[in-house]
Amino acid sequence: MSELPKARIATASLAGCFGCHMAILDIDERLIELMKLVDVDRSPLTDKKRFTQRCDIGIIEGGCCNEENVHVLHDFRRNCDVLIALGQCAIMGGLPAMRNAIMHSDAPLRECLDEAYITGRYIRNTTHNVPNDPALPLLLDEVYPCSQVVEIDYQIPGCAPGGDIIFDTLSRLLTGKFQGFEREMIRFD
Amino acid sequence: MSGTKKETGFSFTIDGVEVTAYAGQTIMEAADEAGVYIPRLCDHQGLRHQGSCRVCTVKAGGRSVAACTQPAAPGQAVENETKHLNKMRRDLVEMLFHEGNHLCPICEASGNCELQAMAYRLDMTETTRFPYLEPCRALDASHPDIALDTNRCISCGRCIRASQDVDGKGIFGYVGRGIHRRVAVNGENLADTDAEVSDHAISREVCPVGCIIRKRVGFVTPIGEREFDNGLIGHEIEEKRK
Repeated sequence: MSELPKARIATASLAGCFGCHMAILDIDERLIELMKLVDVDRSPLTDKKRFTQRCDIGIIEGGCCNEENVHVLHDFRRNCDVLIALGQCAIMGGLPAMRNAIMHSDAPLRECLDEAYITGRYIRNTTHNVPNDPALPLLLDEVYPCSQVVEIDYQIPGCAPGGDIIFDTLSRLLTGKFQGFEREMIRFD
Repeated sequence: MSGTKKETGFSFTIDGVEVTAYAGQTIMEAADEAGVYIPRLCDHQGLRHQGSCRVCTVKAGGRSVAACTQPAAPGQAVENETKHLNKMRRDLVEMLFHEGNHLCPICEASGNCELQAMAYRLDMTETTRFPYLEPCRALDASHPDIALDTNRCISCGRCIRASQDVDGKGIFGYVGRGIHRRVAVNGENLADTDAEVSDHAISREVCPVGCIIRKRVGFVTPIGEREFDNGLIGHEIEEKRK
């Protein structure tokens, strides 16, 4: 295998809990096998904040809840040949998307922030303000699945996806053998 | 009905497999007995057939029919597991996911949910083409033993039929029309009805999703060890054939 050029992979966590990145580590010892096939570019795993060159595969955890998420996602689409949505948040918004429907009102975002910082029963916020530092990325009106912002090539379901389905999908994609998931491996939880 | 007329059996085929049916049996009843699984959501063993979810659609004589209500006919050639039918079923299931608020990661029914299990069986993993409707739906936790999270309701009506026909109570019923049609309770909220946790309509197997919740028993079986974590939906029917 060593004569094959290594593929480049980049990963990012948007509006997620980082659980899917933890799940990547659930590949366990097979990571060594995987690292023979890939180099990791921009990723929290390497702590690289920018793309150093074009990547073959981009892996996205989480949906888009703020403007920074959208910028990162566009950056990944521009710099990656294949984009994978990893986990339920990236696929359909997941838990962050609860604010879209459950906080439903004429101003769902305002209601959500009020509940979180001002009116909630268990809040201890001495300033009685919603955080508004200019350094904070602006929140979007809703939480969007990645596929509503850019084109997504593959989705790996799960919350978080198991190490097996991640390893299986990545290794088959890298060897050009991916033809869909085994039914028994599909999980949404 | 089938029990009394065993002697008048006839045969027809499902995907080329010969199946024996008896007068008065539907295609699905005959298929279940023969060990051929036809996907379904609104149909449930022991309840009257309704034929509303259309997930059980098969082609009989070239026409699309609901297998749970269509009577089997002698010599009929039925198509079930075809690419076209499974794609149509997947679209139906996907639309159900998009019509309500189905957050599998936080749902108590995850792993026991027939909607989710049907999505697994029908390979619902492609990027979606439909928008999420994200409707605003109510949570009714008024009853001391039962809660209703209507975000997850797929309007299959199984609780309606179970309450009317088995419990003789009529706690649930349909209200509204078209996309606004919903399952509602016969009263201000569930606490105003005579619902009891021992009702058949409230039992775990009647609600296919996580809408009807029995309080204080959540997560008794951990995620990963639940009904559909160990096998695709319908495998117990398919095993009859082996």
